[in-house]
Amino acid sequence: MKPAPFSYERPRDLDAALSMLAASGGSAKIIAGGQSLGPMLNLRLVQPELIVDITGLAELKRAEVSGGELVLGALVTHADIEDGRTADVTRGAMRGVAANIAYRAVRNRGTIGGSLSHADPAADWVSALAALGARVTLRSLAGARTLAIEAFVIGALESALHAGEIVEAIHVPARPASAHWGYAKSCRKTGEFAHAIGAVLIDPAAASARVVIGAIDTAPIVVTDAAGLFGGKIATDYKQRFDTRVADALLAKAGIDDAAQRHIHVSVLKRAVEEAAA
Amino acid sequence: MKEDAFVRNEREFPSGKSGQGVGARLPRKEDDRLMRGRGQYVADIRLAGLQDVAFVRSPMAHARIRAIHVPQRYRDRVFTAADLVGIKPIRAVSGLPGFKISEQPVLATGKVRQVGELVAMCLAPTRAEAEDIAASVTLDLEELPAVYDMLKAREPGSALVHEHWGDNVFLETNYEVDISAALDAPIRVTREISTARQCMSPLEGRGVVATFDARLDQLTLHSAAQMPHITRSGLAECLGMEEGRIRVISPDVGGGFGHKGILLPEEVCLSWLTMRCGHPVRWTEDRREHLVASSNCREHHYRITVYADSDGTLRGIDCEATVDSGAYSSYPFSACLEAAQVASILPGPYKMPAYRCRTFSVATNKCPILPYRGVARTGVCFALELMLDLVAAEAGLEPGEVRLRNLVRPEQMPFDNITKKHFDSGDYPEAMRRALAAIGIESIRARQSQGEADGRRIGVGVSIYCEQAAHGTSVYSGWGIPMVPGHEQASARLTPDGGLELRVGVHSHGQGMETTLAQVAHEILGVDVAKIRIILGDTAMTPYSTGTWGSRSMVMAGGAVATACRELGERARRIGAKLLQHDPASVVLQDGEVRGVNGSVSIQAIAHTWYRRPQDLPADVDPGGLEVTQGYKPVRDSGTFSYAAHAAVVAVDPDLGEVEILDYVIVEDGGVLVNPLVVDGQIYGGLAQGIGTALYEEMPFDASGQPLATTLADYLLPGPTEVPAARLDHMETPSPYTQFGVKGIGEGGAIAPPAAIANAVNDALRPIGVELMQSPITPHRVVEAVLAARATERSAA
Repeated sequence: MKPAPFSYERPRDLDAALSMLAASGGSAKIIAGGQSLGPMLNLRLVQPELIVDITGLAELKRAEVSGGELVLGALVTHADIEDGRTADVTRGAMRGVAANIAYRAVRNRGTIGGSLSHADPAADWVSALAALGARVTLRSLAGARTLAIEAFVIGALESALHAGEIVEAIHVPARPASAHWGYAKSCRKTGEFAHAIGAVLIDPAAASARVVIGAIDTAPIVVTDAAGLFGGKIATDYKQRFDTRVADALLAKAGIDDAAQRHIHVSVLKRAVEEAAA
Repeated sequence: MKEDAFVRNEREFPSGKSGQGVGARLPRKEDDRLMRGRGQYVADIRLAGLQDVAFVRSPMAHARIRAIHVPQRYRDRVFTAADLVGIKPIRAVSGLPGFKISEQPVLATGKVRQVGELVAMCLAPTRAEAEDIAASVTLDLEELPAVYDMLKAREPGSALVHEHWGDNVFLETNYEVDISAALDAPIRVTREISTARQCMSPLEGRGVVATFDARLDQLTLHSAAQMPHITRSGLAECLGMEEGRIRVISPDVGGGFGHKGILLPEEVCLSWLTMRCGHPVRWTEDRREHLVASSNCREHHYRITVYADSDGTLRGIDCEATVDSGAYSSYPFSACLEAAQVASILPGPYKMPAYRCRTFSVATNKCPILPYRGVARTGVCFALELMLDLVAAEAGLEPGEVRLRNLVRPEQMPFDNITKKHFDSGDYPEAMRRALAAIGIESIRARQSQGEADGRRIGVGVSIYCEQAAHGTSVYSGWGIPMVPGHEQASARLTPDGGLELRVGVHSHGQGMETTLAQVAHEILGVDVAKIRIILGDTAMTPYSTGTWGSRSMVMAGGAVATACRELGERARRIGAKLLQHDPASVVLQDGEVRGVNGSVSIQAIAHTWYRRPQDLPADVDPGGLEVTQGYKPVRDSGTFSYAAHAAVVAVDPDLGEVEILDYVIVEDGGVLVNPLVVDGQIYGGLAQGIGTALYEEMPFDASGQPLATTLADYLLPGPTEVPAARLDHMETPSPYTQFGVKGIGEGGAIAPPAAIANAVNDALRPIGVELMQSPITPHRVVEAVLAARATERSAA
């Protein structure tokens, strides 16, 4: 369990990093907190020729509220969010998610950008940020583009990142005062990856809801217009109206054949709905 | 039940004012170095010129080797079976009739029979470079059908792990006592029960540093091993060397549990390699190697029927047990110890008039199975205790009551059970009664009747077992395996300044032997434990021993230390009498000094006289001096029987399948406890492993024999948040056969938890028609069973 040989660079600014990525022709990997890439290197599951360590890039460490949304640099750690060192526009929703990611040691080093780039369907941010309606800015030498989280995570360990592109920032919209938040997950033990995640942002006043079923074998199921899960309309009685059969059908459609697995996912989602309503 | 309702049976310190002898709750001496990170493990050893080894391992479970391609530039860095001229395969034969022999080549020849089997050895200045070389070696393998299911492996037409056997059965055993007498019992319950394959997962994996000393003409093998003397014997056989030319050093060892109780092919390979290449070589097991390639444990399957009278009295057990033994028979325990042991220990601590058990040790294309803490007892306890809860349900009794009606009673001690196991002492019903009282069975029943606000279901479960420990010659000679324990030896030597050195052949890898053996010596000689050094883990410095396994060290090495110290004390007493100018008959050794009516002389002064002032010695002094080696066996060597009753309360979420342990009680009787603090530690550690067996640990395989849990993200071990603060209660019924009445207790903590927890889960879910008979109890298994029960209810309605 030792990595295959690789070269290592630690650029001091984003442009230098992007140039290195461009020059590598796709044979480079970016490392930030290294909480997923480290083990993958040691297991030789990835064998990049070059590791670009971005921990020296001050541009990616910023966290600010701008135009009503929160902009988090890719290098913000889970612990930064958990401890309230970053501003918050989600009325505690992100802080609550961050506090339950893996173990504290992982949260100290793991970054929000790294977690999204890795695109593990069982990772918390992949589901939570999709439910919050966040977007992600990707940058390369050619410029920047911005995608919704659900468009960015396209499969298990598969993102929309092109070669030479890096996650620069995450944009989180402010959670309206009328919007209810619920987040639930089931883990075999404390700190393990979840085997079921449910995330909901429900705004009865606006009759809108975003619902995410995560930790499945592919990209999370993101329902941006979730009225169908609540009997066709979203109102203050959404908890009573939550229809487990519709959720079950979504999971079946996503290819989950195992009834017990679907039941756990639906039950977790139900808990998230109940938490939102509480 | 509140904590303060529990009264601990603290012993008075028997050795008087110093409080260091047998029974003292002494903090562990070794912890000063271990807790400060100053322990020295194999991977800490640095020798000049050391190079690292990485192995090319089979990626397939079962395949014929067509060719091994080594790049030209690495030809002198890569070694295969063709290079190992004269090295014999590992053979661990059992003398039980019908046992089929496997030969495990240290590097594969002809076929590979498990994923991870060693194929080639790669040498480089660092492990990373050695892994680069290993990655450059390509194997041309012809894949064969994998034998991955032990039940299918028994069927005719199965692919064969060892073709010349004609089937896949290492050994079949049959044991019967009048089963026909049970067949008319009014209660008859039949089930299939199984336990998952596990990895033992000590904090420290295996590791080897080998070097050859030309001056001594001696191979030195540093190895993370529990049984260095046995390792040496096995190495000598494989290498064709005299044992005197081999020294095995086992330094600090970070947990063994059985994983470090076998001769490894890697140990043989590195021994050969250092002699071939002329410099020290090292291999350190990494976690992936541990999980997929090394050794596994626990995979049992039972078809079991229990017969009982309508009042719950056991009439008999009929069982067919199968154990997945993996591809090879491991040295020295063999591939059949586990299954054949099932037949002899399945009745547990219960009386019954009829019994039948048929066992199969089955070869598969998996890692060899090794005896893990508790050996077969964890599986046996799981099977039997789950069945007893079903008998209780049939009889309409509390599970505890069924046990109380069938447990061997104190007035029957010593007791020979239906498989001729000799129970030395104990009060099993009392342990069960205490556990039931402590867990508060009535208040739990009341709580259950009210239901839980959060929708979870509460359950309570109990289990009880007996642990045969330190069983010796008469037991193991019957197995006919390469290792039969005899007299355990210890050497005791006073130093010129009055310190004491003890040399023992057992090893300590978490058991605290450096403390407890010093306590035994202190009990007899009165030497301050701070001045007692325990020397272990080195064949050059310790007497021969089969090592640390089978919960034997305290009984055997403790007994040997006591015996050697008594003789040493006697010699000191005679010298002391001379120095006091007393008749030897009129002086006694007490609290570290020889006392007569006119005064006393310290052991320190006596040692000083022997070594430094021989002119003052009596004329008839023992010329052996103040250095004694003695052998010891208990009065009976059929083993001590410690036991414990466990009780667990769980909350089960039927929709998520999550199980939370709310309370856990252990009432344990390990005979006289040399150090209750160390015993508590043993029990807590065992409990954590038992919880792993119950709820988390499982190595699954696919149909091609691939192990699927290749990292600790997939192979789940319980962590601090999964292990509750268990409440312990000690009973202390002395063994009539051992020094001080001690019993072996090292494994018990890991035996009963899977049964207690499973019974608690089933107690919680039985009202909704759910029954789980398989470990581990995962969320998926719980929910699957809940959904099946709901479907049954719907179709019935």
